[in-house]
Amino acid sequence: MERSLESAMNGNLRVLENPVDRLARTIEALLVIAPTALAVEELAAAAEDDQERVETALGLLASRYREGRSGIVLEQVAGGYAFRAAREASEACARLVERPVQRGLSQAALETLAIVAYLGPVSRPEIARIRGVAADSAVAGLVERGLIAEAARDKESGAIRYESTPLFERVFGLTGLSELPRLDDLAEDDEGLRARLEEVAGRRGA
Amino acid sequence: MSAVAELPLDLDAFEGPFDLLLTLVLKEELDLADVEIVEIVLTFLEERREDLEVDGEFLVLVASLLELKARALFPEDDEAPFEDLDPDDAAGELAERLAQYRRFRTAAGWLEEKLDMEADRYFRLGPAPLAPVPERPLAPQEPASLAAALRALAVEPPSPSLRHITLTFPPVSLFLERFRAVLRRRGRFVFDNEVDALSRVEQAVAFLALLELRKAGEIAIGQAAPFEEITVWNAA
Repeated sequence: MERSLESAMNGNLRVLENPVDRLARTIEALLVIAPTALAVEELAAAAEDDQERVETALGLLASRYREGRSGIVLEQVAGGYAFRAAREASEACARLVERPVQRGLSQAALETLAIVAYLGPVSRPEIARIRGVAADSAVAGLVERGLIAEAARDKESGAIRYESTPLFERVFGLTGLSELPRLDDLAEDDEGLRARLEEVAGRRGA
Repeated sequence: MSAVAELPLDLDAFEGPFDLLLTLVLKEELDLADVEIVEIVLTFLEERREDLEVDGEFLVLVASLLELKARALFPEDDEAPFEDLDPDDAAGELAERLAQYRRFRTAAGWLEEKLDMEADRYFRLGPAPLAPVPERPLAPQEPASLAAALRALAVEPPSPSLRHITLTFPPVSLFLERFRAVLRRRGRFVFDNEVDALSRVEQAVAFLALLELRKAGEIAIGQAAPFEEITVWNAA
């Protein structure tokens, strides 16, 4: 009698478990060991499950791991998913660890980073042409911080070209490079500038 | 020394008087691309005393620096890119460049703001992931071809030739004895005839033996002229 009750309960438990729950636990495990954001395809390949179910499981996890409910937050970042600390714990985190990657980025470094993020892969001479000063030290600093990395060399000139890394997207909280504002939208008063220069040129030419 | 030449500069790429900077740039020991000319101008403005002559000299020097720097931005094979450039085109190109730079400056500002906003996002930074090494199975192979490959390797290698190191020297004493014997029998001989059939090394050792005998005073040696026959006879 007792035995049959136990087995009946076990049976019920099995019925109650949502099949996605098991997959969600697997994904949780994968995210906790991953040092970088994981794309849905990567999660699906590691879990040996299909992408649609992985996305459903991620939805389930996102509702559990969210600000205000958990100290660990699931975020969509750098073309994938990753765990991070809840913002409310940031001060405690700051007392525990330093963030060398983003500390003290100079204006030159930020401009160089912007050029690489928008135009990458791009070579140092190309960066120097846009900024009007050599980019060597800024590029070296960004490589050291892991925000940009060497990409394939330029086929014609053989120059090393650089592109931004997934770490860049993660540090800046971007889901991908497409989240950067459009470059054209950043040029507000080009026309005014052009007019002024042409005026000066006209005076000289006259 | 003018006031401009002595203008003290403290730049990222250079520290020292202005004329030294110019010298280094002209000798190409300092890349002008590393020099922020605006810093030079700002330093000059800080140090400036109302002196039109000094101002004029500074303007000329900075203008030439700017020209040098501008030329460095163009590829070298473009001979005189400035002469052909219509002022309107030049202004257009410059405006285009400046506009592009301003866009990236604005983008840099956007990134800086974004970084500020994300200052309270903490996550774990790890090294690059170690993906399992993918298996790379060999293409199917015939056992016979493996055996053939192994057989090719199992062949005894040819023993190396030692011919080039066969420089073995016969002992000098061998020739001492031989020459003494010849002299006992004949009392006189021609050196060349005695060593004619020998190898070069043996001939050399035989000659040494001859010198030894001469040194000991056992023999006398005669030669009519250089490279003529050497005749040997008993000294006594």
